[in-house]
Amino acid sequence: MSEQMTGAPVAQQDRMTQETMTGAQIVVRALKDHGVDTIFGYPGGAVLPIYDAIFQQNDIRHILVRHEQAAVHMAEGYARSTGKPGVVLVTSGPGATNAVTGLTDALMDSIPLVVFSGQVPTFMIGTDAFQEADTVGITRPCTKHNWLVKEPDALADTIHQAFTVATSGRPGPVLIDLPKDVQFATATYVGPKAAKPGHYRPRTEPDPQAVERLVELIERAERPVFYTGGGVINAGPEAARQMTELVEATGFPITSTLMGLGAYPASGKNWLGMLGMHGLYEANLAMHDCDLMICLGARFDDRITGRVSDFSPGSVKVHVDIDPSSINKIIRVDLPIVADVGKLIAAALDLWKARGSKTNRAAIEGWWKQIEGWKKINCLAYAGSETTIKPQYALERLEALTRGRDRYITTEVGQHQMWAAQFLHFDKPNRWMTSGGLGTMGYGFPASIGVQIAHPEALVINVAGEASWQMNVQEMGTATQFFAPVKQFILNNERLGMVRQWQELLHGERYSQSWSESLPDFVKLAEAYGWKGIICSDPKDLDDAIMEMIDYDGPVLFDCLVEKHENCFPMIPSGKPHNEMLLAADAEAFKSGAALV
Amino acid sequence: MAALNIGTGASSHSAYDLRDHHETAERSHTLAVIVDNEAGVLARVIGLFSGRGYNIDSLTVAEIDHAGHRSRITVVTRGTEAVIEQIRAQLSRIVPVHQVTDLTTEAVAVERELALFKVQGKGDARIEALRLAEIFRANVVDSTLESFVFEITGAPEKIDAFADLMRPLGLIDVARTGVAALARGV
Repeated sequence: MSEQMTGAPVAQQDRMTQETMTGAQIVVRALKDHGVDTIFGYPGGAVLPIYDAIFQQNDIRHILVRHEQAAVHMAEGYARSTGKPGVVLVTSGPGATNAVTGLTDALMDSIPLVVFSGQVPTFMIGTDAFQEADTVGITRPCTKHNWLVKEPDALADTIHQAFTVATSGRPGPVLIDLPKDVQFATATYVGPKAAKPGHYRPRTEPDPQAVERLVELIERAERPVFYTGGGVINAGPEAARQMTELVEATGFPITSTLMGLGAYPASGKNWLGMLGMHGLYEANLAMHDCDLMICLGARFDDRITGRVSDFSPGSVKVHVDIDPSSINKIIRVDLPIVADVGKLIAAALDLWKARGSKTNRAAIEGWWKQIEGWKKINCLAYAGSETTIKPQYALERLEALTRGRDRYITTEVGQHQMWAAQFLHFDKPNRWMTSGGLGTMGYGFPASIGVQIAHPEALVINVAGEASWQMNVQEMGTATQFFAPVKQFILNNERLGMVRQWQELLHGERYSQSWSESLPDFVKLAEAYGWKGIICSDPKDLDDAIMEMIDYDGPVLFDCLVEKHENCFPMIPSGKPHNEMLLAADAEAFKSGAALV
Repeated sequence: MAALNIGTGASSHSAYDLRDHHETAERSHTLAVIVDNEAGVLARVIGLFSGRGYNIDSLTVAEIDHAGHRSRITVVTRGTEAVIEQIRAQLSRIVPVHQVTDLTTEAVAVERELALFKVQGKGDARIEALRLAEIFRANVVDSTLESFVFEITGAPEKIDAFADLMRPLGLIDVARTGVAALARGV
């Protein structure tokens, strides 16, 4: 975790600032002391005192959502695009249970969030009171940590600890459950600096001997690959810059998980593209055939490894992770390094320079020749069309027409998400927000609002499918109310495309429940909320329509009617290793059960 | 449509590799977990085991340092080396957990358990039960004309052995504390 995620302006005379105030005022004051400028939430009976305190100040902006799940996704978008923790406020019972999906999403993707939930008064806990739920019980497995605050005097300390836990080590969501009587009670406020230090101090410094071994491995490698993940993004922009420097110093190829896109620029010459189930052919084959794999801040997810027993059989594996439990969980590695990935990269670079290290240049050149050969397969090739918009074409045009802009992209989950990862290019970290671990349909739209709130002037586009997008459709009003000019770019195939693809390839073409029936007229829907609606079905009109979307000063719902039965390739099918990827051309043979070569 | 030709144990219909790659040699490990004695901490530990599919053979918990708010949880679990390594790492990452020690691999440990056995019987069986209890150094802590409650302390294997002997002699109820363990020496 970088300093910027933990750092917050705190009063110098902190120890002196011991004031008496209500629990609700403590919450607002603590948020200010942690540099929070925006919270996402929805009021209800058990948080009314906090809402009253919010009403009486102007430093913290409250974004009123339409559903608590969306509040959490907005906070995730805010956090991922700024590097600061996202803050959420919800009421007890249904408010808290609605937040569970967002919490789980943030836990899987290591996104720092601080969520406050109201709770029934302490003397009513356990009585099945109105809007009572066992929130700490329900959220225990989907938060990094959570607290039920029963003592008003413990409130300030707990909030400070919550920010520390959320942002240090492997980041994640935390929740503080606040009974209503604690919000009303008066207590002493202690500033962040004077707070009791918790024992939670994750290790972030790499072992120097391990760094030395890593540099030796880099010097000797003949077929190396960097395999990077969201950890590099979480380590902060400086880590991404140094990552780029290390790649340039070594000349090694680099691939990334879905979560790590943008840590190394896609325009960089060593970029192989994303790896994994729908990753690029050259990236997956480089992983399979390498002799040195350097995994930085990624966690060998099943969508990355394919068949574990055949995963990169001939390589020496180095795994750098801030979370010791990620190491040796799926894949046994040869050199485990527990560290903040940013600190490790910096240490490796320093040692590299100090030693005047050199790579095995001849071998690396040969390795690149092999990679160039794989690139010639052109794994993203698709059949173009004069009459129908191919989803890949729509994203190629979106990429071309937004290139050069400082653009933020969010996505929903499914085929469109994978195509976006394949066809859109990211040159900076914190520009790509997608639900990786949990795969939450309905993530992208609220996340795009959260990003836009954090970056009011930026171009923020949610690449969506019509099915996913409808899962948080109610947030249209939020975008209108808060003047968030988000662009919703819906690749509408009237299908649950990824489900349909699997049914076609793996379930005998029985398309069980995988179509979008009774879709709304998206243009009318846009207009009903005061948005602009655009519909486009002809490839010839697409460029103008995209420009119209970009140029419009306000939220846009873009209904892009695309080819209905396009499948997303390449694909590593069920339980197959990296070197048995399915390309578009192989799909028919695969369906008919022919042996794959 | 012909299914993919994938061997037994795999599924051609799932993106997950359904074959089991873990080595099969499982072993019992005793873990000592030092935690902050705060609300919900036991639920966090137990939830970790159930949520990630680990086994619990025995679990004991009690406060060991009142002033320092520390409790000690002793868990006897079972798994391959890789699974035990994961359990340790996962436990260590729980915020109120201070320390995790594997008393099976990191130390030579003494393990003790206390149990109460209620044995009902008359005549020879009753006399035999009392005689065996003496051999096992179990104490009689309650007695009626047709029952005893024995208190026995020892390694879990000793308590298992005593239970086996009492069963034909009229064992009707058992309470066991689970294992408490400490590393030998300093």
